Amino acid sequence: MQISRLSILNFKNISEAELGFSPGLNCFVGRNGEGKTNLLDALYYLAFCKSHNNPIDTHNIKHDAEFFMIQAEIHTESATMEVHCAVKRRQKKVFKFNKKEYPRLSEHIGKIPLVLVSPSDEDLIREGSEERRRFMDMVIAQYDAPYMESLVAYNKALQQRNALLKEERLQDESLFDVYEIKMDMEAEFIQKKRQAFLDGFVPVFEQYYHRISGGREAIRLEYTSHLMEGDLQSQLKSCRQRDGYLGYTTRGIHKDELKMELDGYPIKREGSQGQNKSFLIAMKLAQYDFLKQHTGVRPLLLLDDLFDKLDSHRVERIIQLVSGNDFGQIFITDTNKDHLTHLLQKTDGTYRFFHVENGSITQET
Amino acid sequence: MNTSYPSQLLEDAVQEFSKLPGIGKKTALRLVLHLLKQNQEDVHRFGSALIRLKEEVCYCSECHNISDQSLCPICQDQNRNHKQLCVVENIREVMAVENTGQYRGVYHVLGGLISPMDGVGPSQLEIESLVARVREHEADEVILALPATMEGDTTAFYIYRKLAHLSVEITTIARGIAVGDELEYADEITLGRSITHRIVYKGN
Repeated sequence: MQISRLSILNFKNISEAELGFSPGLNCFVGRNGEGKTNLLDALYYLAFCKSHNNPIDTHNIKHDAEFFMIQAEIHTESATMEVHCAVKRRQKKVFKFNKKEYPRLSEHIGKIPLVLVSPSDEDLIREGSEERRRFMDMVIAQYDAPYMESLVAYNKALQQRNALLKEERLQDESLFDVYEIKMDMEAEFIQKKRQAFLDGFVPVFEQYYHRISGGREAIRLEYTSHLMEGDLQSQLKSCRQRDGYLGYTTRGIHKDELKMELDGYPIKREGSQGQNKSFLIAMKLAQYDFLKQHTGVRPLLLLDDLFDKLDSHRVERIIQLVSGNDFGQIFITDTNKDHLTHLLQKTDGTYRFFHVENGSITQET
Repeated sequence: MNTSYPSQLLEDAVQEFSKLPGIGKKTALRLVLHLLKQNQEDVHRFGSALIRLKEEVCYCSECHNISDQSLCPICQDQNRNHKQLCVVENIREVMAVENTGQYRGVYHVLGGLISPMDGVGPSQLEIESLVARVREHEADEVILALPATMEGDTTAFYIYRKLAHLSVEITTIARGIAVGDELEYADEITLGRSITHRIVYKGN
């Protein structure tokens, strides 16, 4: 999948842009705060109907403007399509596919497969297990609709059980049974799906990590769940009293964890900034592989601030990796042009440079 | 936003109307001004209908439906099958099932669905009385006619477990493609369930 043309009006600090892209690498070079990340965010918006770093739509409209518009011409091997998106203050956002408006935005999400590597990925390591479950859920949901439904049903039953735990009056044991049976049923399905996903995901991830790091470090990504210790229903039943004191449910797939280890220790404690970043990039590239397999097209790859914190060897290996045939169109930001040019000359892919300054983007020749 | 009303009487009436579900301040004012234009008797009839509704309404001692007497007309009807109980959430569902003209049994109105999040537990609903009623009247069948939502399913499952030890057949209303609907427009879950729970074709 490739974006051949992109038009932007009033998106964040970009007043107007009219760009034609290379099917290979597209590099956006400029100093801090000039609008490089905003450009990637515009592409992200086209794919997911929302901004990556600001969930409030009107905040993405350029100050003092009334609306923003993003429009792109996209090619796959078999078809050409046009995606148009417009957000006006105090109005519903509009997404059009080949000039026809979507009745529901959810129908659009997934049509443009895209993977973004950004500095905020670090939350996956630094934050609680919720971030890591969200990562799994997001990747699985992209190819498995019943999974999402099951997850919603599980969460509803969980909320009801939690509400029940907080009740002061005499508790109805058989009502606990009802919610726990429901949770058990959904949890078993969800856990199997997560396990199956990771069985496929981990080897790909490990391979990418070794290619980035040059094979020096031992890493591990391991899925753990309370369901591995027996069936959830009896676990929930036996901790009703304790959960009652705490006011929430302590066992279940909402506590699943994705353990990240470096040389046998948690990466959160052990990893250097560069190692963390390599770990995350390997995860994102493995996600890319998954998406490619399930959609049958090569997704767009957005690399924001890739070179920060990584040593020159790793950077070079990543560029070699993504400019190969396994990857499609790539959008990359950097502050230093010479640095990138030097790296790209070593690859045989096609590339194009863009200069970003104060919200205006011009192609360099 | 504080609107000032020229009359305290007007403001009080608007206040009361705007407490009703789905009625905002503007609609309330429109309704109040409309009432003010009606003649005396109409407004009296309107007011007394509301007061009598609250003071005189009672709940059927058998099925807990809203009724004017201690036993509702449906429960009084001896031509109905009193060994077949249709469990519904509230009076609106009774009316909906009655309107089909397909049902000749009696009802049991729960008065809501189980949802601890909204502070509704089984003890606030007419579930104990359902179990007692099934046992005392030796009912043959309990039909669960509850909504196809998480709360509806939970309530149905809870009732099922409460009744499982009694010798009563427990059924639930069929769910599937609406009459006159095209398959391609049916949602995937409904269609999926219709396929798994398919029935033998009888040809009539």
